[in-house]
Amino acid sequence: MKKIKTLEELEQFRKEIQAQRDPKKTVISICAGTGCLALGSKKIAGAIKEEIQSQGLSLKVELSAIKETGCPGFCERGPIVVIYPEGTCYLGVTVEDVPEIVSKTIANNEIIERLVYKDPDTKERVVKDSEIPFYKKQQRYLLGKNNFIDSKSIEDYIRLGGYSALAKALSAMKPDEVIQEVIDADLRGRGGGGFPAGWKWHSTRNAEGDPKYVICNADEGDPGAFMDRALLEGNPHSVLEGMIIGAYAIGSRDGYIYVRNEYPLAVTNATLALDQAREFGLLGENILGSGFGFDIKIMRGGGAFVCGESSALFASLEGRSGEPRAKYIHATDKGLWDKPTSLNNVETWANVPLIINKGAKWYNGIGTEGSKGTKIFSLVGKISNTGLVEVPMGITLREIIYDIGGGVPGGKKFKAVQTGGPSGGCIPAKHLDTPVDFDELTKLGSMMGSGGMIVMDENNCMVDVANYFLKFLEEESCGKCTPCREGILQMRKILDLITSGEGKEEDLDTLEWMGQAIIDGSLCALGGSAPNPVITTMRYFRDEYEAHIRDKKCPAGVCKALIKFSIDPENCTGCHLCARICPVEAATGEKKEIHTIDDDICIKCRACYEVCKFDAIKIM
Amino acid sequence: MEDKVREIISKYDSDKAFLVPILQDVQKEFNHLPHKALHRVSVFLDVPISRIYEVATFYKAFSLTPRGDHQLTVCIGTACHVRGAQNLTDHIERILGIKPGETSGDLKFSFDTVNCVGACALGPILEADGDYHGKMTISKSNKLLKKLGKKVVTDEED
Repeated sequence: MKKIKTLEELEQFRKEIQAQRDPKKTVISICAGTGCLALGSKKIAGAIKEEIQSQGLSLKVELSAIKETGCPGFCERGPIVVIYPEGTCYLGVTVEDVPEIVSKTIANNEIIERLVYKDPDTKERVVKDSEIPFYKKQQRYLLGKNNFIDSKSIEDYIRLGGYSALAKALSAMKPDEVIQEVIDADLRGRGGGGFPAGWKWHSTRNAEGDPKYVICNADEGDPGAFMDRALLEGNPHSVLEGMIIGAYAIGSRDGYIYVRNEYPLAVTNATLALDQAREFGLLGENILGSGFGFDIKIMRGGGAFVCGESSALFASLEGRSGEPRAKYIHATDKGLWDKPTSLNNVETWANVPLIINKGAKWYNGIGTEGSKGTKIFSLVGKISNTGLVEVPMGITLREIIYDIGGGVPGGKKFKAVQTGGPSGGCIPAKHLDTPVDFDELTKLGSMMGSGGMIVMDENNCMVDVANYFLKFLEEESCGKCTPCREGILQMRKILDLITSGEGKEEDLDTLEWMGQAIIDGSLCALGGSAPNPVITTMRYFRDEYEAHIRDKKCPAGVCKALIKFSIDPENCTGCHLCARICPVEAATGEKKEIHTIDDDICIKCRACYEVCKFDAIKIM
Repeated sequence: MEDKVREIISKYDSDKAFLVPILQDVQKEFNHLPHKALHRVSVFLDVPISRIYEVATFYKAFSLTPRGDHQLTVCIGTACHVRGAQNLTDHIERILGIKPGETSGDLKFSFDTVNCVGACALGPILEADGDYHGKMTISKSNKLLKKLGKKVVTDEED
């Protein structure tokens, strides 16, 4: 491929590759995101290629039409194979299904009933991906392209209109106009802060100092959140295009992508995308003949949650340990190497080409008064349809959890949804009709965060969950400032006592004032929001705390010190499985006779509970 | 060792800013961060050895002690936690006799936890030598450990 030197050449190239593909011809999309890969989608893709050859269908389906794509979001039902142009969506595909898929569906357009979506309530089968309830309420402006793009192909991205926003910005807009467009679109930072991106760019452009830096924050450390991974992994060029436009607007020549090393596929795909963009002349000197030059380097993180915080991220990029600094000077004035810097999250950058192409007015039409556009959430935990959902701001929690997510599985009762990552909050059922946007979630004591949404059911103990987050933050605190380093530790110790049945009545007051002190006294947002999970669970689930303290009981049956395992003689068949699996010989009994569990020896590992096929193990 | 370290550093144009990825590559090469290699990094990059150790001990990804033949990692992200990752962690700890971050005395197994691998639909996840094993249970983990050469009782007949 030779360099694309002008706008005309880009459009010419786009036309050429569009002409190469007949839209009526078959395209097969196989999800090759991290989740589906773990379920064997690579083998499925290989098998499809082989089978098409051996069934003599190579003329009907070219090799380039078999795409290993990014994540289409419906992770619960992976591996996912979608056959276009019909949009026939097969879920939970295995290698064994492949010969039939090729001989029936690809060769003869026949639907294989067992592989399509079946509505759990109506038992109705849904063939097309767009008609599956999980997708119906979504507006997938960012994620939607994942299905059609081989994540390792820049041609696919360009075919679907990629880099046209960059072309538009470079040819028809002055840098200030680009910034004004983003300001008018009211794009707020998707990493959690919600700061208006356009104003950030504006400050960086007008700040004194050279060079200026543009950084993409892909240090997605929130446990249970993986939308940035899916974007960077599945459609890396959309992020690059956003960054190049941002750099043009700000007047920057140097960019960085700071990505978690725990996301190996995102690192690979983003690195490849950078190489391709350079080869095509979309990065480097004189981009598309505009005279503007910009390049991006990739930097892998070292597994420190705090490095998602801007000043810690800069320290890490400078080759130091990731400790935040006080932020009385903004990063837009003095960021990386003390130079003006615009740091935005992956999803924020991916929104930029959309805004430039469709205009601020269009973008503004989606969402609520204070939060515009769509937001991707990762809907996980005790939910029927785990996956990534992209919805307009303002949709209610109930719509996300029930209409899209399919509710809580196994007939269990919904208890709470945790939003905003480790420093977010747990929202109870009575607030499920709250519209989801930056401001409404904050009002409930939680926050938007980067978009993690963890659903919990009656079997989750809220004290345990609060303790889990504190442990997480205790470990991830960089240790620089005392309120965070010592405060979280002390709060966690109190929660340890409560969950082990040694809590005291006054502990709740202590947790409250201590939490406030940590919020007031911490240097960065990690400490400043660390007590949130404790404070919100105490607000909404105080009865659970009281049950642990007063009655020495864990109502959800989670906290080990407060529960007992026993065997229900009615249900026990003497199959001996529990005795076999028990690591400490607490479960005993002769085969075909009723077994027992010795509570003095039992370590409450739940192994017996998991293996028992007769519902004979009871937790009290 | 000297040549290898030099090679890694030259890949990053001897740029001090890339200390974290340089250490990642050094660790990949030698399976941990041996003192000698860190000393070389310090000399070649002209960064004080104290700073190198500061960085090597700050980030969770680095290990100053040799790692085992097999790497087991339990994902303890929130989605995995609410689906029982703590029990799984306790179980692996008990079977291997080591805590997260440690390596068994015979250098067979290293055990860690990770905050989230982003494959939440599969939770709880046990990562074994880079492969994700989803919807993990105690008995499934026993089978996996047995495959890796650890003597454990499984619920299958032998």
